[in-house]
Amino acid sequence: MNAVDVGNLSMIFGTGPSRVEALVDVDLAVEQGSFVSLIGPSGCGKSTLLRLVANLLEPTGGDVRVLGKPARQARLDQDYGMAFQHAGLFDWRTVAKNIELPLELKGWDRTARRERADEMLELVRLREFSGHYPWQLSGGMQQRVAIARALAARPSLLLMDEPFGALDEMTREHMQAELLRICRETATSVVFVTHSIPEAVYLSDRVVVMSARPGRITAVIDVDLGERHGDDTREADEFYKKITEVREALRSTRTDAARGVDDR
Amino acid sequence: MPIIFGAAFLGAWEALVRGLDLKPYFLVAPSAIGDQFVSSWSLVWRSMKVSGGNALVGLLVGTTLGVAVSLVTSRFRLLYELVTPLAVALNAIPIFVLVSVFNNMFAITSEVPRRLMVTLVVYFVVLVNVTRGLVQVDRLHVELMRSYAASDWQVLRRVRIPNAVPYLFTALRIAAPVAVITAFVSEYFGGSQNGLGSAIARSIAASRNDQAWAYVAGACLLGLTFYLISTLLETVATPGGAGTRSAGRS
Repeated sequence: MNAVDVGNLSMIFGTGPSRVEALVDVDLAVEQGSFVSLIGPSGCGKSTLLRLVANLLEPTGGDVRVLGKPARQARLDQDYGMAFQHAGLFDWRTVAKNIELPLELKGWDRTARRERADEMLELVRLREFSGHYPWQLSGGMQQRVAIARALAARPSLLLMDEPFGALDEMTREHMQAELLRICRETATSVVFVTHSIPEAVYLSDRVVVMSARPGRITAVIDVDLGERHGDDTREADEFYKKITEVREALRSTRTDAARGVDDR
Repeated sequence: MPIIFGAAFLGAWEALVRGLDLKPYFLVAPSAIGDQFVSSWSLVWRSMKVSGGNALVGLLVGTTLGVAVSLVTSRFRLLYELVTPLAVALNAIPIFVLVSVFNNMFAITSEVPRRLMVTLVVYFVVLVNVTRGLVQVDRLHVELMRSYAASDWQVLRRVRIPNAVPYLFTALRIAAPVAVITAFVSEYFGGSQNGLGSAIARSIAASRNDQAWAYVAGACLLGLTFYLISTLLETVATPGGAGTRSAGRS
């Protein structure tokens, strides 16, 4: 059973002259435990694809299955965790209470919630901030809390939409390493939307390259940088070779469509 | 700083009256107002209780009503789109005119018309602000709650209501002094003559300017008290303290 199975998926917004084909004939499979990145120019429908998997949108055609269930059922069962470009923490809740929110809605009791929140804070190395409010934290720390919240209910699938897009380079690299470590420890499958080629290559087992108007998958590139990623990985020849491969795949989609992809 | 400025202002006022030898019918010196305020304190206090009581009742009823209606209108989009323009339009008409209408509806000694007046004014302020707080929630928060398969009720309790709390306190900070002003301005339009507004009018009519100013000082005191209490409530009810929530964000 795959974590995600997308078959013949299409998504059309609007009708008449304002009709936009956001996605056409998309097929994608994400094996359990694997890390898949979606990369492509702005407007290629990668965020839309993620939202369809999350059942935040209903497709106009085709089929989305998450862990073998229809996407809607998977959402109702809270089978996945989600993180966005903005942390989206609740200002009126402490850090610990933010992490507990999905557990509250799943009906966990107070002690179990607190225990789990402590575990998660340990995981993202923010233990001493459990009683702080989100606005007392830096952007990078807020993002770590958002990831902890997404993982709190032990989902086997994590859906992330440019979660590090708003961070500076240093924090970004640090967070990427943290995310890889966490996913390895928890055996979570990830679908990760990004604008950044190095980020996609560094994190992924597979990079899915998309093109815009209409949004479709144009290339799938397997990446194997070895089990143990470290800071050395970013300087390895294989890393650069894969970056070049992804960049060329993006270029061949269409030159004007490649705007919006940067080399960060 | 504000205290020094206030003292300097009163000092300048006193100096102006004495220096230019202004007559009491033109402008009364603060010291004379102070004397009058102390000597007729029991009268001032009695009027303050009447106007303050009316303001308080109107504030409580108006707030309750405003919150209740905004909960309903925010739940039903159509109702929200129907009610909001109507509320704005109604609020734009000189609402004090209504107090004369209310006076005709109730007995001459009734406090109900004034309380109704305050209720109405407070209601609009609370309705508009709280509805905005309930509706204008972070889109991301709504998506997150949907991804948690949260029910409408859970979204209301965990996202919309907490989001609206600062809006409610903003509304109260505006509404509290306005409630006091409305309470005593309403007294100008007839009804029983026991509040601050009618006392001020009566004193002026009797050329007792010092007494009129003493009542004005009472009105100031009342408005200030209401404002301070609403600010205090906000500090108590906001996690991490009022103001920090927006100021702390970088």
